[in-house]
Amino acid sequence: MTRTTNITAILADNRLDKDRSVWADALERVTAAQVEQALAQAPGRYSVARMVTLLSPAAKAYLEPMAQQARKLTIQRFGRTIQLYAPLYVSNVCVNSCRYCGYNRQTDVNRTRLTREQALADAEVIAAEGFRHLLLVSGEDSAYVTVDYLSTLAHELRRMFASIAIEIQPLQKDDYAALFAAGIDGVALYQETYDRDVYADYHVAGPKRDYDNRLETPDRYAAAGMRRIGLGVLLGLADWRLDTLAMAEHAAYLMKTYWRSQIDFSFPRIRPATNVIHEWPYVVSDEHLVQMMLALRLCFADTGIVLSTRELPAFRDRMMNICVTRVSAGSKTNPGGYASDTTAAEQFTVADERPPAEVAAAIARCGHEPVWKDWDAGFIGV
Amino acid sequence: MNDMLKIADREFHSRLLVGTGKFASNAAMDAAMDASGAEIVTVALRRVDIENENDNMLAAIDRARYLLLPNTSGARDAAEAVRLARLARAASGIHWVKLEVTPDPYYLLPDGEETLKAAQTLVQDGFVVLPYMNADPILARKLQDVGCATVMPLASPIGSNQGLKMRASIEIIIEQATVPVVVDAGLGAPSHAAEAMEMGADAVLVNTAIATAENPVKMAIAFKLAVEAGRMSYQAGLAAQSTHASASSPLTGFLRNEQK
Repeated sequence: MTRTTNITAILADNRLDKDRSVWADALERVTAAQVEQALAQAPGRYSVARMVTLLSPAAKAYLEPMAQQARKLTIQRFGRTIQLYAPLYVSNVCVNSCRYCGYNRQTDVNRTRLTREQALADAEVIAAEGFRHLLLVSGEDSAYVTVDYLSTLAHELRRMFASIAIEIQPLQKDDYAALFAAGIDGVALYQETYDRDVYADYHVAGPKRDYDNRLETPDRYAAAGMRRIGLGVLLGLADWRLDTLAMAEHAAYLMKTYWRSQIDFSFPRIRPATNVIHEWPYVVSDEHLVQMMLALRLCFADTGIVLSTRELPAFRDRMMNICVTRVSAGSKTNPGGYASDTTAAEQFTVADERPPAEVAAAIARCGHEPVWKDWDAGFIGV
Repeated sequence: MNDMLKIADREFHSRLLVGTGKFASNAAMDAAMDASGAEIVTVALRRVDIENENDNMLAAIDRARYLLLPNTSGARDAAEAVRLARLARAASGIHWVKLEVTPDPYYLLPDGEETLKAAQTLVQDGFVVLPYMNADPILARKLQDVGCATVMPLASPIGSNQGLKMRASIEIIIEQATVPVVVDAGLGAPSHAAEAMEMGADAVLVNTAIATAENPVKMAIAFKLAVEAGRMSYQAGLAAQSTHASASSPLTGFLRNEQK
């Protein structure tokens, strides 16, 4: 790939953000012999050529040997352990109109913003379940979910949690620096799709329409010191192979530039939500998702691979035995959902409804230690 | 046989230190620790609630039997490592620390500059400091000079199981050290551990190779035996692997011939 210094240019120069047919052709041209050659090399190092090979239709016939390699590599690098985390939704108010999302501002659903006390009540429930890693989630609600709101909340939450990450609207670098200082150490922000045209089609109104702003946000929070960088594409919007190629380039760029931070890949497959469209042009099958996860693991030995409760128990349990390193459990995707019987709208319907203890037992059954704490609030001085 | 490993004011029979990460369960960890014969076990502070005696992992470690050596794994700079070590000491009373400053989350290579800074502060603060370091002989001397209790050079990148890739530098560190040299990280097989001990390392630390083995208990025993064998071999004095010819002396043999 061309050596460029910003992600917008890298994707544009390599035609990964638009008119991606050159890559679609390259994927089709991969032969079985090339896949075998790629699998004969030591796994874990990224090159775009290797990624194309492992993502190709030809590689679909090699999922078993890919899984064997991925399992071995994951155990070597992460041990026989799986981390657990829980999401805490603080607001489902949103200024965007994303056609796939239950929080879409144009849908008529029950909106809730948690007060600090309400958020803490949910947090107490989550902590009592054993969690020490928390992800604060919100719609794009900049009027309410401000740096002040999050900092104050983080200050309280640090007593209960070893690590706090956020999945909210894009912010500026100074905001991220303030949040980092307040004890928030990770940010997840998914591009949803790296294809500009498809992106424009789904994000019809609101600040999220700005593809470039979203694309460059991980630079801002990584530069502000955040330790964990969460990347993902919303599976179902565009060709998953092409989006994975773009996401891999994005990850490789971030790893080189912000070498102190760790990347996590998430794999959100579109789930049903209230009052949004249900027809998806690019349905991602289990087989596709497995190939995507394996290809990424075989190119990135040390990135976290996250699987949320969007996926069914059976699928999650299988993947925890192959290459997954972090899972959520017991998730409520509506604000206040842990501590009360709220009717607030969910962002999506959870597919794995097992309580956290059951998920932990499933982790143990596949020969892994469920790890509730793998960070320490003491790293950041507040 | 009185061949004790002495670190600071403590003596140990075992020259195998083990890590507690990456095990499939606390029970598996406990069984492997027991089989290894280790007397020092290192625990990542990020993984435990050090102030909580009922923490799952801490509860699985018999403190009467093992010296619990907290480590600062995950610290990106000196300030973070120092803060974490101090919080841990305040909560647990343990004043030993395995100092790890690894700003790169992928290869987890230690930052020499920040490690030295942190070591200096922690030693002054009354800690017994065992620093994880690159196999850099000058850095080893500097860490020794600021009062570290050991030096712990890596054999190869952590978790890589590649063995003694840094052999030449570790030989120099062993030659020059005035504190115990504990070879840490990258030892993937008992033969690697034996090799390090034969070279004259005072001890080795192993985690991944034991924790991720198909049978961790058996692998722990294999490492125990390898460390003992390597130590014994070092003490016995390996037959010199010398480049000098001794069987015949093509250049100076004439001297002896003339004497006859």
